[in-house]
Amino acid sequence: MTPVDAPAANDVILSVRDLVTTFDTDSGRLTAVDGVSFDVRRGRTLGIVGESGCGKSVTALSIMRLLPQPMGRIQGGRILFEGRDLATLPPAELHRIRGGRIGMIFQEPMTALNPVQPIGRQLSEVFLLHRTRDAADAWRRGTEMLRKAGIPAPEIRMHEYPHQLSGGMRQRVVIAMALACEPAVVIADEPTTALDVTIQAQILELMQALQRDLGLAVVLITHDLGVIAETCDDVIVMYAGRVAESGPVESIFDRPAHPYTRGLLDSIPRLEGTRKARLRVIEGMVPGLRDLPAGCRFHNRCPHRIDRCATAPNLEAVGPGHEAACHRWRELPPR
Amino acid sequence: MDASDVPPAPLLQLEDVQMHFPVREGLFLRSTRSCRAVDGVSLQLPAGETLGLVGESGCGKSTLGKCIVRLHQPTAGRIRFEGTDLAALGQAALKPWRRHLQMVFQDPVESLNARHTVGEIVAEPFVIHGEGDARERRERVLGLLEKVGLPAAAADRYPFEFSGGQRQRIGIARALALRPRLLVCDEPVSALDVSIQSQVLNLLLELQRELGLSYLFIAHNLAVVKHVSDRIAIMYLGRIVELAPAEDIYAAPRHPYTRALLSAIPRPEPRGTRERIALQGDVPSPISPPPGCPFHPRCPHATDRCRVEAPALRAAPGRPGHTVSCHLDL
Repeated sequence: MTPVDAPAANDVILSVRDLVTTFDTDSGRLTAVDGVSFDVRRGRTLGIVGESGCGKSVTALSIMRLLPQPMGRIQGGRILFEGRDLATLPPAELHRIRGGRIGMIFQEPMTALNPVQPIGRQLSEVFLLHRTRDAADAWRRGTEMLRKAGIPAPEIRMHEYPHQLSGGMRQRVVIAMALACEPAVVIADEPTTALDVTIQAQILELMQALQRDLGLAVVLITHDLGVIAETCDDVIVMYAGRVAESGPVESIFDRPAHPYTRGLLDSIPRLEGTRKARLRVIEGMVPGLRDLPAGCRFHNRCPHRIDRCATAPNLEAVGPGHEAACHRWRELPPR
Repeated sequence: MDASDVPPAPLLQLEDVQMHFPVREGLFLRSTRSCRAVDGVSLQLPAGETLGLVGESGCGKSTLGKCIVRLHQPTAGRIRFEGTDLAALGQAALKPWRRHLQMVFQDPVESLNARHTVGEIVAEPFVIHGEGDARERRERVLGLLEKVGLPAAAADRYPFEFSGGQRQRIGIARALALRPRLLVCDEPVSALDVSIQSQVLNLLLELQRELGLSYLFIAHNLAVVKHVSDRIAIMYLGRIVELAPAEDIYAAPRHPYTRALLSAIPRPEPRGTRERIALQGDVPSPISPPPGCPFHPRCPHATDRCRVEAPALRAAPGRPGHTVSCHLDL
């Protein structure tokens, strides 16, 4: 990135700073997100990628203040959005933002929709909460939104129940609901993971088209590096509650600096790879929140570990807009 | 194998296998229609080979896998294993065959009994088939655990103490207990984290080389399937629409569905410029499949003939071992 096309600071629409989120359990307090910071820019898609337990979904739930209660709590940090800190905003004000200025899309559309209400009623409700007091107007806007989300014969679909729709159609309804009030930001947590690949392709294309039309910022949470590569502008790689690496998508895929990112990229089978050849692996397994290693959290699985890795590395600039938390990034062999 | 001039029969040969489930509906729950989950599948699996079976949810790939290990009894067709038709056998006659065909399931949490120790779980096949005494069983269990990369101490622990990848190793150890010839692996790595998937795939490949196993590898992730398979069958609405050597199906896909499926996979390379074939609509219901070619309502090339006449699997011109079920020469 040259200074010319570096995004201006006022392009930042959502800024997360030093977020710490914990869960109180029978066996004590667990830290699921430990000092995560990132910026989300207007009209761009930020991908958060990582394996189970890395804290990517908890980060999303923290932004929306939808942590499971009473166990989950934001212990520290700020979530700055349109001049306010969502981390400390009173619930009443939060309701106006959630679903209005910030839309949400979850993995399983069936759990996001009410099974005993027609689609139309659920969709109108969004408009009635945030935009209009006129029920007929809300219904009309809902129908229009379904049409934008690529649902054929929306007038008929408005009267149907979620179980009457296919998985792909349901996710389109959820997207329509998330975008209903033209939010500034949409947070999508594994929006296509439950869908087949041909339907996934349709949904990702729809999200990209709507993003272009509405200029919104998207936070896309996924475990799928393919989805990240094809849809995101910027990427954050999370591991065990911390950011391992972040940067522009080309930079992360072409010049990954953190051994974990490299390990992930090397271990996935590729269509153009040699059949039946031994795949590279990351040894060991993702640590549980109860037994996180001290220092760099990846060090016990890292092929490049040295004594120094017993102290936690800070994120360092490794390229334009590209940061990695590794003591040894300069010394790693080229891939 | 008796006479040397006769080519060896394939380990597994399916002939026109059908699995139609009755759909009970209406006031008296009468069965008026059927769900054609598997609708006439024929294929072969030679010993030591891996056949990948790919398709989207509801295409019948898991049902076909369950028919092969006879968790379902197919409603028609033959399943020849080393020449014997298993589809026709009753439960008692089937029992000696079951040891040769085992299954590895997608979800290692639900497929392992949470109240049994890992040692008991892996030893259960020996108990069912009356093999060995307690001491011998224990020894074989420890041997199996070692083979799948688990410590001997694992035998006395419970499934919940293990991670997803380790649980899948336990499931594989159990499947291997009776030294099967064929493993049906139904989405064996889809529930696992990316960094763990490659560990389990490597294990399956090592076991195949060492034990000469045959795999029917069922999955929706084409990159994973291509990595482990010798040949790949693409399934749509209960039928095989294309079957070819693994390299060939990627290099020269013939069926419009295969092409769309391949183009829909997100690839881990930014700045991708390839053209995506967007399919319209969803997979139709197997209860009322469309007439003619089952893919025609979503096919960008469909002609009048496709709407009335179902295509049969035929050899793709100039491509040895490549069959496709499409009227058109794309």
